[in-house]
Amino acid sequence: MNAAPDAAARIARAWAALGGVEDPEIPGVSVVDLGVIRSVAAQSDGGLEVGLSPTYTGCPATEVIRQLVEDALAAAAVGPFWIKRVLAPAWSSDWITPQGRRRLRECGIVPPDHSSSDLRDLRRGNHPVACPRCHSMQTETVSEFGSTPCKALHRCCACLEPFEYFKCI
Amino acid sequence: MSAAAMRVVDTDLFSYVLRLGDLGLVLGQRLGEWVGHAPAIEEDLGMANVALDLIGQARLFLGYAGEIEGRGRDEDAIAFLREQGEYLNPTLAEQPNGDFGQTVVRQVLIDAYQLELYERLISSTDERLAAIAAKAVKETRYHLRYSGGWLVRLGDGTQESRSRVQGALGRLWPYTAELFVEDDVDRAMQDRGVGPRLAEVHKAWSSRIGALLSEATLDRPADRPYSWFGKHGQHSEHLGYLLAEMQYLQRAHPGARW
Repeated sequence: MNAAPDAAARIARAWAALGGVEDPEIPGVSVVDLGVIRSVAAQSDGGLEVGLSPTYTGCPATEVIRQLVEDALAAAAVGPFWIKRVLAPAWSSDWITPQGRRRLRECGIVPPDHSSSDLRDLRRGNHPVACPRCHSMQTETVSEFGSTPCKALHRCCACLEPFEYFKCI
Repeated sequence: MSAAAMRVVDTDLFSYVLRLGDLGLVLGQRLGEWVGHAPAIEEDLGMANVALDLIGQARLFLGYAGEIEGRGRDEDAIAFLREQGEYLNPTLAEQPNGDFGQTVVRQVLIDAYQLELYERLISSTDERLAAIAAKAVKETRYHLRYSGGWLVRLGDGTQESRSRVQGALGRLWPYTAELFVEDDVDRAMQDRGVGPRLAEVHKAWSSRIGALLSEATLDRPADRPYSWFGKHGQHSEHLGYLLAEMQYLQRAHPGARW
């Protein structure tokens, strides 16, 4: 029996299963879409190593995500696997996939509007973020921090609706 | 002789990593005291979020310290089950919150310090520290944006807010001296390419803080010699109370789990 096709099939099953694991705090957006799953690779002993990067060091969802990932992989019968915490390179909002960005928008959360290597967000006098509902640029920051470590709170001055912005880091 | 007994602990690296971890742990605990008491819900959220990041960073450092030590202590044992003299954070981190202005001043001084430190630790020869620093620096930039924004608003605000933050700056400034005094551990880490030269960190910190203070229209206090050494376990009277609260659960219910 050739081991390689078997491993490839297991890796494909693992990615498919992970694509169904939603972030517990952002329903509808998977951990793959968020760029939290860095790699799935077969090791010489036949086990799959799954690389997982926390978004923020103190994010309380990290351990829940790890558990959900373990449960999903076990249910998908991918064989022996383990999860490796990957710190370097550090997770970046640049890793959110186009599909992830689209789903964030569908949830009313504005995805980061520029690259994390562009530090303009870190100077005061925020550049405005377009309202996800009416697209007005007349918006303001309500709070630099929101309901989860990854989001900030904004408000639209045109349609008066509050909305969340996914922080760019 | 058993393998464990023969193992030589890298005490310089252990102390160095513990200092980095304790700074975040103690400051995170202090900021957590604001939860439910902040002047506005946004600031409640802000300080809780910064505290969360700091404690997250501390977990990474303290977990690593436990591995360096190699005696089976995990991040919780190190965070919660040490005595006051074993905590190696600078005394600035343990200073009381005071009013919101004093908390902001303490935060600006430490955010800028951590930012300059982490930016240099990214190129550390110790891969683990380099990885933690690369992760933490992104969070720290955001922290300074938040605290610096408040410093400017309060300093360049009303007469009342200005006099409060200027007063807090005068009270806290002397504690900044110890951030930049090198000892044998710092020098050993520099020789091994693990940590940066503190004189270099001081210079960068000083110019960053200088720019913020002038934007906030605040007067920079004069530097004064100060010889309290949190990194040697010598602390102000405030740390004991903080630890009593932080360690209560673990001391009262050893091995407690959620």
